[in-house]
Amino acid sequence: MKKSLIKGEKGILLLLFGVCLLVWIPLLLMTAAALMPEDELCWRYLSPLGLGQAPVKAALLPSYPSAEALAELLLRSPGFFVMFWNSCIQVVPMVLGQLLVGAPAAWAFARFRFPGRKLLFAVYVILMVLPFQVTQVSSYLVLDRLGLLDSHLALIVPGIWAALPVFIMERSFEAIPETLLEAAYLDGAGEWGAFFHVGLPLGYPGIVTALLLSFIEGWNGLEQPLTYLKDKTLWPLSLYLPDIAADKGAVAFAAALVTCLLPVLVYLNCQEELEQGVAASGLKE
Amino acid sequence: MKKRAEQVVAVSGRSRKPMVPWFFLAPSLIGVVVFYGLPFLDVVKRSFQDAMGTRYVGLDNYKAVLDNTAFRLAAANTLRFLLMCLPLLMLLSFGTALLLTAGAARRARRADSKGQGPYGILRTTLVLPMAIPAVSMVLVWKIFLCPEGVLNQWLSGVTGQEWQVDWAFSRWAFPILVITYLWKHMGYDMVLWLAGLQAVPGELYEAARIDGAGIWARLWYITLPELRGTFVLAGVLSVVNSFRVYREAYLLAGSYPDSSIYLLPHLFAHWFLSLDIQKMTAAAVLLTGALGVPAWGVWLLKRRKGGRQL
Repeated sequence: MKKSLIKGEKGILLLLFGVCLLVWIPLLLMTAAALMPEDELCWRYLSPLGLGQAPVKAALLPSYPSAEALAELLLRSPGFFVMFWNSCIQVVPMVLGQLLVGAPAAWAFARFRFPGRKLLFAVYVILMVLPFQVTQVSSYLVLDRLGLLDSHLALIVPGIWAALPVFIMERSFEAIPETLLEAAYLDGAGEWGAFFHVGLPLGYPGIVTALLLSFIEGWNGLEQPLTYLKDKTLWPLSLYLPDIAADKGAVAFAAALVTCLLPVLVYLNCQEELEQGVAASGLKE
Repeated sequence: MKKRAEQVVAVSGRSRKPMVPWFFLAPSLIGVVVFYGLPFLDVVKRSFQDAMGTRYVGLDNYKAVLDNTAFRLAAANTLRFLLMCLPLLMLLSFGTALLLTAGAARRARRADSKGQGPYGILRTTLVLPMAIPAVSMVLVWKIFLCPEGVLNQWLSGVTGQEWQVDWAFSRWAFPILVITYLWKHMGYDMVLWLAGLQAVPGELYEAARIDGAGIWARLWYITLPELRGTFVLAGVLSVVNSFRVYREAYLLAGSYPDSSIYLLPHLFAHWFLSLDIQKMTAAAVLLTGALGVPAWGVWLLKRRKGGRQL
């Protein structure tokens, strides 16, 4: 019995590692290409870079590893730097704003019963499922009226009131046992005290999950900057590669790697909270 | 002290200070009204007006949208994409979640096992694609898909003929888009399933095993019914994400891709460029109905079935 169980685990592991290869191989291809010198890129990847037509010679490791492309990108490409900074300016305040505005709202939905609560929450749920294209026109008109078009605020301000973070945080707050809150009230905590000292610490995984998803989404954003920002000097990093000049082809893979570095690091750091936060969001009542 | 305790009980029923929740809610609510609520009403109004916004034209804009061949193509493609992706995404993510759970359980049953072994790395890997921006992956996909790329080389090797297909611009663009979508979004759904699987009470399985239920019977009669809530949430979030596949489509094949992957976001982008506000507003209202109403319905249904607090 025991032996067959172990055998079964081996089969499962083999299958799972097979699936993981589908993730590892593309990432390894990208990393290897980011570490190739220009001449190696030329004989391997001329065609995917759109620089010419030659058979692709894919490699999971560079033959002549070099930091040439990364150095060129990080030290001698001011455009890249500006766009990296633009991304930070646009995404970080948006995420912080979501925390400031969304967390109390989620707390209200999770821990209070008030007239209109069901209806309002339904509005948030609908808002959550609407894709950008549906709200695009209305947001554009508002931003135009407020004079925010062609500024960082055009991406920050509507993002702060996104509905998904409220939804995820609400689920997490709702999972907090009532007894803990009763204890806090008995100890003399007011409504704000309960929120700060019980809600925020215990709802932490949900908050981190919501903000992580928003960060990734903001960093990945393509439609919003293309719609709201005509001024290319304001463009975020996600538009660097689509707009890259032909003579910069050698740094394209390096740019791809650096672009995904920050969200990947943030994800790896928040992985545990993500699993708990997602768990709270999916549990049935 | 006693008074406090009464108030606490009241919190789960009805707050005694009726204004308190509104203080928590106000900052969010005001922003939602200003940036989404009122503008949406404006859009609804404009959808019934002519281009200058002076004259009401009834349902003319809606008629124009529904008669528009590009709209029909894009809507049909988007629907086809959803019908293709959702079942595949659910099946694949549920399958990997089951494998992970089964493997970890087997490992835990072994006497000599410590920690979670390889399962931590496996989970991290499978969720990782979610964090990677579409722009970063496009070059890698091109390594496989360009005319001189890896895929054509493999096919040439296998068939002995020369393959020079530009996959991203061929009618194969649709399955390619489906694959990139699955690659990116499988991990998140898998985490949802993992959490759901973990929450299924172990005693249910024990009882079923004693009653002689096999592995498939346990899956069908215990696991799946217990995971209904997870299923609904995963479905809703996957629909939301499916509109974001426009990024991959745009980056791989540009603004005018093969007609099989001309999706609603492409159409909106074109209307936006040509400032066709009439069609955009009418289509936005239609899409809000098409997406929002089912989401609301599913949400109400789920709440009613769960029914603990609502």
